[in-house]
Amino acid sequence: MTDEAIVLEARGLEKRYSVSRGFLRGAATVRALDGVSFQLPAGRTLAVVGESGCGKSTLARAVTLIEPPSAGHLFYDGRDVAGHSRAELKELRRTVQMVFQNPYGSLNPRKTVNAILGEPLVINTKASRAERRERALAMMAKVGLRSDQIDRYPHMFSGGQRQRIAIARALMLNPRVVVADEPVSALDISIQAQVLNLMMDLQEELNLAYLFISHDLSVVRHIADAVMVMYLGRPVEHGPKDVVFARPRHPYTRILLAATPRVRAAERAERIVPKGELPSPLNPPPGCPFHKRCPAARENCAVDVPALRPVDERLVACHYAEEMA
Amino acid sequence: MALLDIRNLSVEFTTRAGTFRAVDGIDLTVDEGEVVGIVGESGSGKSVTSLAVMGLIPEPGRVVADRLSFAGRDLRSISGSERRRIVGKDIAMVFQEPMTSLNPCFTVGFQIMEALKVHEGLTGRALRDRTVELLDQVGIPAPESRLRAFPHQLSGGMNQRVMIAMAIACNPRLLIADEPTTALDVTIQKQILDLLARLQRERGMALILITHDMGVVAETARRVAVMYAGQVVETRPAADLFERPRHPYTAALLDALPERAVGRRRLPTIPGVVPGIADRPGGCLFNPRCRFTATRCCGLRPELEPDDTGATRCFFPLPAHREVTP
Repeated sequence: MTDEAIVLEARGLEKRYSVSRGFLRGAATVRALDGVSFQLPAGRTLAVVGESGCGKSTLARAVTLIEPPSAGHLFYDGRDVAGHSRAELKELRRTVQMVFQNPYGSLNPRKTVNAILGEPLVINTKASRAERRERALAMMAKVGLRSDQIDRYPHMFSGGQRQRIAIARALMLNPRVVVADEPVSALDISIQAQVLNLMMDLQEELNLAYLFISHDLSVVRHIADAVMVMYLGRPVEHGPKDVVFARPRHPYTRILLAATPRVRAAERAERIVPKGELPSPLNPPPGCPFHKRCPAARENCAVDVPALRPVDERLVACHYAEEMA
Repeated sequence: MALLDIRNLSVEFTTRAGTFRAVDGIDLTVDEGEVVGIVGESGSGKSVTSLAVMGLIPEPGRVVADRLSFAGRDLRSISGSERRRIVGKDIAMVFQEPMTSLNPCFTVGFQIMEALKVHEGLTGRALRDRTVELLDQVGIPAPESRLRAFPHQLSGGMNQRVMIAMAIACNPRLLIADEPTTALDVTIQKQILDLLARLQRERGMALILITHDMGVVAETARRVAVMYAGQVVETRPAADLFERPRHPYTAALLDALPERAVGRRRLPTIPGVVPGIADRPGGCLFNPRCRFTATRCCGLRPELEPDDTGATRCFFPLPAHREVTP
């Protein structure tokens, strides 16, 4: 069994972007992340779920230290990221690596697998050319690529194999946390299953923590330990996977679950057709950000912002969470 | 008589490596008002099939078929001008990515009106009113004001609604939707699928839904054809296919879905990948990846054999009555 040490913790993470609205109109502020907190233990997977524009990718950028958050704190192994020097940050960045959605776009077509896998070592270590090649070969074996493929270029691989290369690259520096942004959504079903299995095997072997960003709830249900559903930059429901999937308490979670197409007729949830689209983050509605699309909205939802509060083993931001059963 | 009747359709492309059959002898019939789903992984020939029906296969692609008829007319022998009267009017298509299928230089109103002008001869007030009516039917709020919007001013879901409005503008008898929801969020996907299902019911048009998403097909289509490497390997009513698939490929695909594996830690996978141009095997095209391959599968190519509810292209189909895995 994996140990339960918290490798990554976020407290009240916020990210605001200033957007120019043109001459004489002043800048507007987009709250891309608004008070996101979570704890991620080693060897576990936290899935972040939501529609495009909900802040999933901004969260990934903040967690991988690509962009500093506007407010809030990020802790790796209990150490606060804020206030570190550049050299220390560089050291910290090695503990968190990223796997991107599209393996066709995230691998440099002009580099061989050897060069792609060796690059993190060139930047971060003093390993010699021979050592780098040796470590690249060892990592290829781990992710299920043949050693004779080391001098090939990305275009010579299928989509599933490319995603294996991308995963191998992320693991070259022995990170503790891997942020995977939609890692299987560009892959065919049979390949998707292979990559998910690989990610689960590697997690067990290396005690990796995954921050798994996805819109596919059936994938999330399979791989995650905990789920955080986001809407307009805020978590609206956050808790253990089994609890959230068995009895979702936020209307938005229920709508997402109902909208996920199912193969088996018996598993199809109640038929709710979701109303409307995600509102502009430049001009979020007052009160509960979800109230305009919510089938259960009442008068005070348009006025009072619901706080994230514990209900029935999970956190949920809805005034009427108790009534959702 | 079937609305669309395809017998032994093949589409070939000549490449330096030799002739590649993207579609390899498929049969497909679609009746008036029927919803047929075509599923398969990328490279299985689903999109090429629909382009062949539309007459949109570019040179040097070659389309050969024993029969390719729409509403009793032979699509193989008609002239270009005759084809243009049918395509876009009686057969219409919705493409995968609304952002790239719409012309960014023209307003959405102009792009919808174009089809109405050409096929229905509408002008002026009548043209405008009909366009507004169409936008309203596909659920676009404030349709009058959206006529003048450019595609980049609308969201992906709204653009897909515009694409659907264009497709249904001339009351087609057959609508081909090629991955209509792949680029969209699940909530918007649900809205678009509901819209397509409603329009199909109200207008009694036939719908071919092409997708790689098993869940989408299971919820929408009445009959399903599963494609693999350019061939139809199994066809059957949706309920039967998803409960008791008989082709080993269909069964393996369904097993690989995370949805069906809740509680089990590792997903059953299909080894290898879909064969490409150079590495199509002899015999059954699925034999290198199949769990049940026998000597016969490597030497002979199975035919699509009809059975009680559909047809399977396999020498050893899985039994129709067996315990369904929980």
